Amino acid sequence: MTARYRNDRGVEGGVDRRSEHPEHSERPEHSERRSFDRRTFLRMVGGGIVVLVTLRPEDLFAQGQRTYPEDLNAYLLIGADGRVTVFTGKIEMGQGVMTSQAQMVADELGVALAAIDMVMGDTDRCPWDMGTFGSLTTRMFGPALRAAAAEARLVLLELAGKKLGVARAGLTVENGIVSVTAEPTRKVTYGELAQGRKIVRLVGEKAVLRQVAEFQVMGRSPARLDGRAKVTGAALYAGDIRRPGMLYARILRPPAHGAKLKSLATAAAEKLPGIRVVREADFVAVLHETPDGATAALAALRAEWDPAPAGPDPETIFEHLRSVALEPQELDRRGDPEGAHSGAGKAVTSTFHKGYVAHAPIEPHTAVAELVDGKMTVWASTQTPFPTRDSVASAVGLASDKVRVLTPYVGGGFGGKSAHRQAVEAARLAKATGVPVQVAWTREEEIFLDTFDPAAVVEIAGAVDGEGRITLWNYDVWAAGTRSADLFYAIPNVRIRSYGGRMAGAEVRASESLHRFGVGPWRAPGANMNVFARESQIDILAAAAGLDPLELRLRNLTDTRMRRVLEAAAGAFGWKPGKTPSGRGHGLACGIDAGTYVALMAEVEVDHASGKIQVKRVVCAQDMGIVVNPDGAKMQIEGCITMGLGYTLTEELRFDGGRILDRNFDTYALPRFSWLPRIEAVLVKNDTLAPQGGGEPAIVPMGAVIANAVFDATGARLYRLPMTPERVRAALRDVAATPA
Amino acid sequence: MKSVLQFHLNGKPTQLEVEGSRDLLWVLRGELGLTGAKYGCGEGLCGACTVLLDGAAVHACETPVAAIAGKRLVTIEGLAAGERLHPLQEAFVEHGALQCGYCTPGMILTVHALLEKNPHPTRQQIVDGLEDNLCRCGAHQRIVAAVERVAAGKGAAS
Repeated sequence: MTARYRNDRGVEGGVDRRSEHPEHSERPEHSERRSFDRRTFLRMVGGGIVVLVTLRPEDLFAQGQRTYPEDLNAYLLIGADGRVTVFTGKIEMGQGVMTSQAQMVADELGVALAAIDMVMGDTDRCPWDMGTFGSLTTRMFGPALRAAAAEARLVLLELAGKKLGVARAGLTVENGIVSVTAEPTRKVTYGELAQGRKIVRLVGEKAVLRQVAEFQVMGRSPARLDGRAKVTGAALYAGDIRRPGMLYARILRPPAHGAKLKSLATAAAEKLPGIRVVREADFVAVLHETPDGATAALAALRAEWDPAPAGPDPETIFEHLRSVALEPQELDRRGDPEGAHSGAGKAVTSTFHKGYVAHAPIEPHTAVAELVDGKMTVWASTQTPFPTRDSVASAVGLASDKVRVLTPYVGGGFGGKSAHRQAVEAARLAKATGVPVQVAWTREEEIFLDTFDPAAVVEIAGAVDGEGRITLWNYDVWAAGTRSADLFYAIPNVRIRSYGGRMAGAEVRASESLHRFGVGPWRAPGANMNVFARESQIDILAAAAGLDPLELRLRNLTDTRMRRVLEAAAGAFGWKPGKTPSGRGHGLACGIDAGTYVALMAEVEVDHASGKIQVKRVVCAQDMGIVVNPDGAKMQIEGCITMGLGYTLTEELRFDGGRILDRNFDTYALPRFSWLPRIEAVLVKNDTLAPQGGGEPAIVPMGAVIANAVFDATGARLYRLPMTPERVRAALRDVAATPA
Repeated sequence: MKSVLQFHLNGKPTQLEVEGSRDLLWVLRGELGLTGAKYGCGEGLCGACTVLLDGAAVHACETPVAAIAGKRLVTIEGLAAGERLHPLQEAFVEHGALQCGYCTPGMILTVHALLEKNPHPTRQQIVDGLEDNLCRCGAHQRIVAAVERVAAGKGAAS
């Protein structure tokens, strides 16, 4: 393939996104996490021109809650063959950053896209990276890569100027060839300039980047660099890695989280031909040269378990979350939120609920581990190669530099592959057996061991006056955390409090008592719930005020960027102002996520008899600053909207205490082709702003836009996600029972 | 019990000694070295393991390998003619009808079987034909567009 992703089996692999994982906050100082320092690194690199990217922590992670090492973040190498290799710790899981990062380098450097090779997520060859999540690759990493490429171009122009005897201003670069502008036949290639040299440059964040008007590769939509490999079956995922003598492992799992192993009989399994059994306390695995052979042996294990303690279920969880909550963290306070209740206008208090949601990538967590001469190599399906390396090192008692993690293509992550337990399991087994081991979770394991998007509760007391001005916003959120709990509407009396979430350190520790199983980052962690509640409540206030919901928003918005996005969505959708419910089934919702402004408008039909919601059309207007790859950005928008249908309409984990009742896609229902609305994505031009995040924003308003459209269609207000047919029917009955 | 199976694999006559009751998926990905068919659910619920058996789409995770005896088995690796991509593969690349790519082989082969039976499907027929194939990234709209393009192309040629 053109991206030169190495497909030779089991040799190389590497190929971004999502938000924080709790475990990162517990790690030691960042200096210990580095894969190598600059000197070690430079010894490894052969000839050519090397440009190192280094950003200070505050530049790389503006949220201020995590730190980056001060040293290398990425680098690129221009070889004597003229090819440019980009080494980055980011990974490719479908979000398209292999392509967009290559576009950035190609443009700033002045080479063809096809001249770029991407090496991604290889901890021995790529500089340390925290992980691929939070829609950070383009907005935080992009400027650094671009700066490196821009710097490299200056180096090459200097070299070419000397060689050709012409000042830099008199030179032109195109497709990796520097020529004399006035005399184009006098030229030299980048490869020739790089030959026999070793030049190292270090780039800060201040390099001069190309202006949008100068873009030749960015701002366009070349075919995905990973496309050909993915349609031919050549693309390798962790489960496709084969090593000599490799065994497939199946691991004994408890029937419920919290159950303890009481007794185990392995004799029957051990009698099966070719089976090896590994037991380290409660970690029990059977291994065979075929995956189905290992599965048969697992079935032959006889385990008895002490039952897990009883716990909440999907109905009692909300009371549980509120009852065990810590003291709240106050995120915002304006005016007099306690006294404003008595003010003029209409006051409405609403409570919103959402269940646990699974990541459910189609590729379950998978890893292959091999221990050779004291060095552990792990091919892992992970969003966090460097943290994976450190987890493996600590689990098998090796120094971090004795562990190498390679990241082949990842078959979907959505935050769930920030957790990387399968890699640790594979490494432990490789160490215990002395042979390469593949651990590939089954679908049942993938669900059971998932780090779910947590169940959550939001309660909002709001009030609106006779002019459609919102006067009060008292907001309390349990368990979803703080992302998107903040408010961009201009409201005079505000109090926003968060009771236990996932993001802050103290809250993470408390989460152990909140949840009986793993929770973690799920595409725009927490924002889906916070935006569902906020944007539903805004519509509730619009209905109370007898105002068009778009009009109400505009009356309470001073943020011009948000006004522009709403107006763009309204134009594309053909929004016709009116009071709700109008019977048309039109809804809107908006949000800010990952630096990007987004507004969705949707049209739905509700079948009153069955309670089924069919989403007919979704229009998305998004201001994400400069757009590196417009089609790639639209793919992410479409993906967000389609995936968002799941948590909005059907996805809710069934569980009983620590027992996970969903085992496969027959009961845990993902969005299907028949659900597909017509999706129209509008990119609102904003070339004065650096590129912002694209992987998450469009998913955050999905719950509210559908709930608001359902209200407009039927007059029924849904306060809980997902909006299952049963809940829709119940809400419709409530409307029918309410006297007009 | 092991037996010798004879079949055509991606156009080539092939012979394999194997336990006939094993799932085709593991034999494909193991003994036959073809990893394009993916494990997603193990119960025929996601379509990631779809292959073509005498032109029909089957779930390799639920097909005993003995069922391929005497048949033509086509996997994603056998669809392109050398370097030349099959029109469906080309259309998926052109339309950006994939993201993580893990479900892609199954999508393409499911559509291949659909078009074999019905070269000119309506949009609704395409949607119905893909209903049991899951994509978590949300490439659905582009997948339908890619298939419509190929179906329209075939229409023009005939």
